[in-house]
Amino acid sequence: MSENQMNGAEALIQSLEKIGIEIAFGIPGGSAIPIYDALYKVRRKMKFVLVRHEQNAAHEADGYARATGKPAAVLVTSGPGAANTVTGIMTAYMDSVPMIVVTGQSVRGMLGKDAFQEADIFNLTMPIVKHSYLLKNANEIPRVIKEAYHIATTGRPGPVLIDVPKDVGTEACTAELEAEMNLPGYKPNPKGYGPETIRQIADALAKSQRPVIIAGHGAVLSRAEKELRQFAETLQAPVATTLLGKGVFPDSHKLSLQGLGMHGTAYANRAVVECDLMISVGARLDDRILGVPSQFCKNAVKIHIDIDAAEFGKLVKPDIRCRGDAKTVLQDLLPLLKKGDTAEWIKRIEGFKKKWPMTYAKKGGLHPPQVIDALNKLTGGKAVMTTDVGQHQMWAWQFFRCDKPWQFISSGGAGTMGFGLPAAIGAQFGRPGETVVAIVGDGGFQMTMSDLATAVIHKLPVKIILMNNHYLGMVRQWQDMFYDERYSGVDLEGNPDFVELAKAYGVLGLNLKRAADIPKVLKKALEHPGPALVNVEVVHHEEVFPMVPPGKPLEDTVLCHPRRKPGRPAGRKNGPAQTGKKNA
Amino acid sequence: MSKEIPAHNLSIYVANRPGALARIAQTFSRRGFNIESLVVSAGATGDFSRMTITAKGDEAGLEQIIMQCSKLVDVLACREHTDEEVVARELALVKVAVDSAHRGEVLQIADHFRAKTVDLSEKSIVLEATGSSEKLDAMVDLLSKYKIIELVRTGKVIMARGERET
Repeated sequence: MSENQMNGAEALIQSLEKIGIEIAFGIPGGSAIPIYDALYKVRRKMKFVLVRHEQNAAHEADGYARATGKPAAVLVTSGPGAANTVTGIMTAYMDSVPMIVVTGQSVRGMLGKDAFQEADIFNLTMPIVKHSYLLKNANEIPRVIKEAYHIATTGRPGPVLIDVPKDVGTEACTAELEAEMNLPGYKPNPKGYGPETIRQIADALAKSQRPVIIAGHGAVLSRAEKELRQFAETLQAPVATTLLGKGVFPDSHKLSLQGLGMHGTAYANRAVVECDLMISVGARLDDRILGVPSQFCKNAVKIHIDIDAAEFGKLVKPDIRCRGDAKTVLQDLLPLLKKGDTAEWIKRIEGFKKKWPMTYAKKGGLHPPQVIDALNKLTGGKAVMTTDVGQHQMWAWQFFRCDKPWQFISSGGAGTMGFGLPAAIGAQFGRPGETVVAIVGDGGFQMTMSDLATAVIHKLPVKIILMNNHYLGMVRQWQDMFYDERYSGVDLEGNPDFVELAKAYGVLGLNLKRAADIPKVLKKALEHPGPALVNVEVVHHEEVFPMVPPGKPLEDTVLCHPRRKPGRPAGRKNGPAQTGKKNA
Repeated sequence: MSKEIPAHNLSIYVANRPGALARIAQTFSRRGFNIESLVVSAGATGDFSRMTITAKGDEAGLEQIIMQCSKLVDVLACREHTDEEVVARELALVKVAVDSAHRGEVLQIADHFRAKTVDLSEKSIVLEATGSSEKLDAMVDLLSKYKIIELVRTGKVIMARGERET
């Protein structure tokens, strides 16, 4: 190879930069050394972040994408390095997040021979990627990178994996960086519907007296917030948002029902139960929002707008299916809309909101919603919030008030514990000037906390609010409610002193033990120029409500523990739990 | 089995790329569909392959599989075809243990099904038959009176009739 000829790995890094990848997260290893050598030699603009675990690399790329809308790259080695990204790739795949994952691989001649650190990552990840490549020669690289980016970011976004044998990285690449894509089967269609579908939807909407809009991640990804708002206001229809749709319709809007589903608001669930028309804008209608799929909006007209045709009828059979990009569909629909006459319906919903307000306990110890609410006030609802998975996630979703999309970042489909911290790190890289808060639990945080180092090294001022109840709280809640209080494997005895742990990494560590100290301590953390961790000693036993018990329809939303008298559990005295009855 | 699960004919036109078959097979296995037969061959141009899959499963699951297959990056088209819409053919090779005493009877069966003798030895005969799967079933059924040593069938290939696309 002559002096100025590039090798495969160099073509890879240059192609990533050329396509517009601004940041890469990863850890090197034997098979990835050529790629890392190329990072050293030819990288110009792309930022590289050395992380502490490959799962975190994927979550950080994920958090970056969910905060900015732009994909990041993950650069890891073969075998365990690649395998460690699996949870992160799955998380991104389930939530339609674009990502380019580049894995080192054994040399071509050793493939399938159980070489050192060889794993068949191409096949291992096949069900959790939008697409994947196993490179055979270096000349493919510019085309593959271009295709990978295109696939990851168009249609329904998702992760794309590229497996690079070490000797593909080192052999000469004579192909031009300007490559032609060759994807005859790939047909992302933002307008896979005709005018008659739009007319059908408009007609159905005109007939409806009790419409409900469900807005999901698709509405966020297509940047349809303006159109969605116009749509809801013209129609005078209430809007419920999914976990990943949070913020695409302002929580503070009069027509907002906030979240729906298993831990949605009682008024959102009731509105869905009573509606005569449900229109889903970019939500895939998953089991966590449906209750019992066959009973979901049983008597209502169901309209499903989704860019992915495979979502139609997966769980809910729609009356009208409209394959397309949420924004494009709404833009086509808006001119046909008649102003809705839904005053009665809205009045009824106002009644639901008064009857079953979202409140929380304030006495008898510290309660996570109190802390979230204080964060609302201190940040003006402008923070970017990431979460882990579990009770704190649901409280964050329920009580964080946000009026804009791209602000609430949470692992929905996969429900990946440990997501919060690395996602916050990724988000902070993407939005350097903004306040990024990770709400985590003591269980999930310990799964990925090694990346505190990453926050420190890069001086990322992420704020980690650790809701420490010394339990795997959500599982304990289920064991409490549905398994006769047989607490099995949920007591997190042996938790470290998180404040000391933070300090050991060079992170500001603060304890928060009394409700009276909430504003003071949070303020201190928020004002600290670097990363900070607040260990919040919350009440040990507390349940998330409202709740639709598993296997029950939305009609059966309960507001408190069905077996306990209101007020009995510590700290629920003044809480929302006035009745164990169904909400209707 | 008490209830007959319907069999479906699927034709998939796919870019000839590594992993394409595995991705398609996964969409079936993940949803509990059993693939009865699978034929992969070159398409009209070398860059594409034609897969013909016969699989058993319920209608709702099938609709999901068609949509999930269609969504795969390498797949250009995935269609279900009813038996009426298509010409369907299958090829079978049957090795039957037969000595000279019974060879005549076996050849008579072969003749009835327009099967060809492609190999003949003292103790065995190999027949080649083409036709609908049902025809081949019937032939194999009759031959099973003798000792079938080996049976290899290609699985069903289909092509849409007339102007329709497969």
